[in-house]
Amino acid sequence: MNINKDLVAASSTPLVLAILAEGDSYGYAILKRVRELSGGELQWTDGMLYPVLHRLERSGLIESRWEESESGRRRKYYRITKAGLEQLAEERRQWTTVDRALRNIWSTLAEFAAAAANPAAATLALRPGPA
Amino acid sequence: MDPNRIGDPTKESLESQIDAWRRHLRRSRALTGRDVEELEDHLREQIASLQADGLSEDEAFLVAVKRLGSVDALTREFAREHSERLWKQLVLAGDSERGGEVGGEGSRRMWVALALAVAAAVAIKLPALFGIDFESESAAFFYPLNIGFLTLPFVVAYFAWERPLATSSRLWLAGAFALAALVVNLFPFPSWAPGVRVPDTLALTALHLPIVLWLGVGVAYVGGRWRGSERRMDFLRFTGEFFIYFVLIALGGGVLTGLTVGLFEAIGYDIEPMVGNWIVPCGAAGALVVATWLVEAKQSVIENMAPVLARIFVPLFTLVLVGYIATILATGRWIDIEREFLIVVDLLLVVVFGLLLYSISARDPLEGPAMFDWLNLVLVVAALVVDVLALWAIGARISDFGFTPNRTAALGMNVVLLVNLAGSAVLYARFLRGGVPVGRLWSWQMTYLYVIAGWAAIVAFLFPPLFGFE
Repeated sequence: MNINKDLVAASSTPLVLAILAEGDSYGYAILKRVRELSGGELQWTDGMLYPVLHRLERSGLIESRWEESESGRRRKYYRITKAGLEQLAEERRQWTTVDRALRNIWSTLAEFAAAAANPAAATLALRPGPA
Repeated sequence: MDPNRIGDPTKESLESQIDAWRRHLRRSRALTGRDVEELEDHLREQIASLQADGLSEDEAFLVAVKRLGSVDALTREFAREHSERLWKQLVLAGDSERGGEVGGEGSRRMWVALALAVAAAVAIKLPALFGIDFESESAAFFYPLNIGFLTLPFVVAYFAWERPLATSSRLWLAGAFALAALVVNLFPFPSWAPGVRVPDTLALTALHLPIVLWLGVGVAYVGGRWRGSERRMDFLRFTGEFFIYFVLIALGGGVLTGLTVGLFEAIGYDIEPMVGNWIVPCGAAGALVVATWLVEAKQSVIENMAPVLARIFVPLFTLVLVGYIATILATGRWIDIEREFLIVVDLLLVVVFGLLLYSISARDPLEGPAMFDWLNLVLVVAALVVDVLALWAIGARISDFGFTPNRTAALGMNVVLLVNLAGSAVLYARFLRGGVPVGRLWSWQMTYLYVIAGWAAIVAFLFPPLFGFE
């Protein structure tokens, strides 16, 4: 599925923060986790994750350290900070609100579609005023 | 086949592919060494995972690179996130995070430069021990002659410390400075007494001596390998940048002293003697060394400014000079020779010489003639026309004025620069017609440095005896 770029960009912060809230991680593993979580539907261009990580690090939401990985290469690990956890909670509130609003309208639309199949009921349902 | 076997062709090709990719990324200023390292770790892990899925090394590399995104898109994204990196920052003491030179070397240079700057500041005040204060009247007979000897050795010392400079070159340089200092101080100039004016020949020596001494700095700059016009060209580039940095530091110093005076005035404390006798001379002496070090430290970090300024001002000066000639022709006004006019023309030639020098210094030697080269040629020719008009006007009245030391020196410098610009014009025209490579123009200018320094030496060392130290 092709997901709108703005949406990908907007969701990257909560996703990354949430994944780091699960535990310290590094670029490649974070991407793998994103793929798992979205069932492979959410595909980022791999390289674009890094500027996002650097932005979060700069704003103090995450912090990084270099460590030797099991393969012997030096690897940059990220850890969520206290400010990051607060930001994550805030993001979560916002996304839940958006999600709730969307869910409501989706269900209304579903009723609408059902009503279209049954016009008599629809007039009643949609025009509740004094007829 | 054992994939870990050294010399395995496929193994090598993956490494060299990753190498090439890494080099490609490193070219962007938006990415530091650390960023590339992080991305490389990602790439390698991706390749390993793809290989585990059964892809060959080549396929895995291609897919992994593709997934990371094109280098252009990647660098653009990094540049947006780290826009400050696009402003070339001068890292003074070395900062490992930026992948620059790590600690040690950079900061050692800084400390040596600062120590030498302090030494220069002390040296310039040493004459105060013998009762010669910087602002006193007697100083007007001492400082103009000696200021170069009190400051430039520290610039030379910086290069001597920083570069491999043969012992023979060191001794030679020290000897030359000492000899020059001895000669000008043994000149029987009239000594200071109330009401005695500074003799013209002393002023001329003071004006021309720095040019000669600067050549000594040049020898130290090129590490004693003065042959080869490329090294001298580098020294010239250094000179341009040095000048700009010094002026910038001086501007900052002006603000500092202005504020100092203002602040102390408010509490009724007269700080001006302190400013004139200490802050200005010590600051200027220290600034010479600091500017030297700054040019060296930022050489590869920041765009050279002198060629940029030359680019801006070549068209403007061309416009003014062509307009000037056109006005003379249209109105029939002849140059009204005043005593100072020769100096003005000399300054004009110096500026044009500098503009030409710095605009060709930044030129790609392999590139063919461009629009800007024509503009340079027009500028040089216009300057030559103005100079010839001026010389003509002076020639008619030189007998009225007589050959005073000042006028002779100005005329001599004028001729020296005239010959240089005429030679440049001829070579430039031949280059534009495709006759000679632009390198000829360089070597002409570089060889001509000897002539300029030679003339400066004649004025500095021979004029005082020739004109009886008047």
